[in-house]
Amino acid sequence: MKLVTFCGPPSSGKTAVILKTIEALASGTNAVGVVKFDCLSTEDDLLYEKAGILVKKGLSGPLCPDHYFVSNVEEIVQWGLSKELDILVSESAGLCNRCSPHIKDVLAICVVDNLSGVATPKKIGPMLKLADIVVITKGDIVSQAEREVFASRVSAVNPSAMVLHVNGLTGQGAWELGTLLTQDSRQIDTLIGKKLRFSMPSALCSYCLGETRIGETYQMGNVRKIKID
Amino acid sequence: MPALEAIRNRILSELLEEYPFAVAFFQSNDIEISQREGMSVGDLMARVQEEADEDDPFDAALNLRQLCEYIDQMLAFLSDDQEKVRSLTIRPGTDKDGKPEGFDEITIQAGETVCIVGPTGSGKSRLLGDIEWVAQADTPTGRTILLNGDTPDPKWRFSPTHKLVAQLSQNMNFVMDLSAEEFIDLHAESRMVSNADKVVGKILDQANELAGESFSPKTPITSLSGGQSRALMIADTAILSRSPIVLIDEIENAGIDRRKALELLLAEDKIVLMATHDPVLALMGARRMIISNGGISQVIETTDHERQVLGELTVIDERLQMLRNQLRYGRRLA
Repeated sequence: MKLVTFCGPPSSGKTAVILKTIEALASGTNAVGVVKFDCLSTEDDLLYEKAGILVKKGLSGPLCPDHYFVSNVEEIVQWGLSKELDILVSESAGLCNRCSPHIKDVLAICVVDNLSGVATPKKIGPMLKLADIVVITKGDIVSQAEREVFASRVSAVNPSAMVLHVNGLTGQGAWELGTLLTQDSRQIDTLIGKKLRFSMPSALCSYCLGETRIGETYQMGNVRKIKID
Repeated sequence: MPALEAIRNRILSELLEEYPFAVAFFQSNDIEISQREGMSVGDLMARVQEEADEDDPFDAALNLRQLCEYIDQMLAFLSDDQEKVRSLTIRPGTDKDGKPEGFDEITIQAGETVCIVGPTGSGKSRLLGDIEWVAQADTPTGRTILLNGDTPDPKWRFSPTHKLVAQLSQNMNFVMDLSAEEFIDLHAESRMVSNADKVVGKILDQANELAGESFSPKTPITSLSGGQSRALMIADTAILSRSPIVLIDEIENAGIDRRKALELLLAEDKIVLMATHDPVLALMGARRMIISNGGISQVIETTDHERQVLGELTVIDERLQMLRNQLRYGRRLA
């Protein structure tokens, strides 16, 4: 089975891109499944179901969504194998823009949209910088100039990545993205022992354990203070 | 690609002198370079790695490799010997039902306009997709795309800086919070043009000539009228975009001199594909591709009779423009 990690800021069009790409792949003989990682709630699983795609939903609830992702990704791979999938797509929002779910030797895709502003490629860091493919969406509603400026900012942050423009509404570009998924020949039967491309955020302070009060007295563990002068 | 070892050992100030654009890479990756121009690139990366927080690690090896890739990409982008695209050839494939398309081969030269007509959903997106992806009988339609009569360089498919098609459409908007001048300047910077001031001035002049109502360089782009926006987009695409093919998708009449717009694009040696059902525009091309059921069912040439119709329509069109302008400036209709 092939595994692909998709990530990107909220509302960048990840689900639309994945749906269109799977639709384009359906003409082949690929069995594709999706696992959607999110934080508090998601209804994207219904969209996948409606499209007849096997889907699993994982909500991190009170936990750090990225830690939740990495703690469950092996279980998800085993689920995909048990369903005899050819391709398993993992979709997760880079919720605080600090992390990336990308795994060494596993195809990594980052979705960003033209509307998010030219500073975004720099701001979102590892999920873009460490991706193999960057998909840029919503190109149909901004000017050619803005598309070119945005793409050049993406390349300055991650010159290694291939940059593809995909329209999540019409599906333009999705077929091409699909071919890149099928061309990747790496097969996964377990992720045990594999490594993340970038470390997860360190935590464990009193707030991780449910503290809600504000003030230094209540802060324990791994706490960092803003530098003022 | 410049050898990694050579870049690692270069003194930063020398590197920046040879590749001034590399500044963008350092900025985009939060690599502090001020006061460090005397360091070698390798030492700089090591220093940044040392300074990085333990929970926000910096990967010196990755950044060194990506810096080389960036320099390589920008050099390719800047090089003058970039193969110029003088013609685009489409060889037929099949429609949605697997039926062969209704043409033998179509070649479009730089400076030529071909129109694309067909109802929504008939396969325009797929045709454009095939061109952008320089299809080699390996897309759902089975079409083959040639550039300058030959199998194209795979860079058109994979390179982030070489994109074959620039696109202009009715729904496109400016979203940045900048003045027209600042905006074009930003675009010029990303295209790394050397005489930015002159180019920016030229684009603004051209845009004003295309737009019915003129605007100042200080006008925020988000407050331009529909016609002014499209005029600026077209002038900018004609002059600054490096993409040799321009697709104009359903750009409507109002507020822009379409004939001049087209002339500007053609003067810059673009290959213009125009998806439109506006007869004034559709008849401006010498040929049109008819799309149905996912395939090109026919390629037809504009007939003399149609040119005559175009003449009549142009008269009506000019009259409409004139009336519109009279209304705009508060006059009575003559």
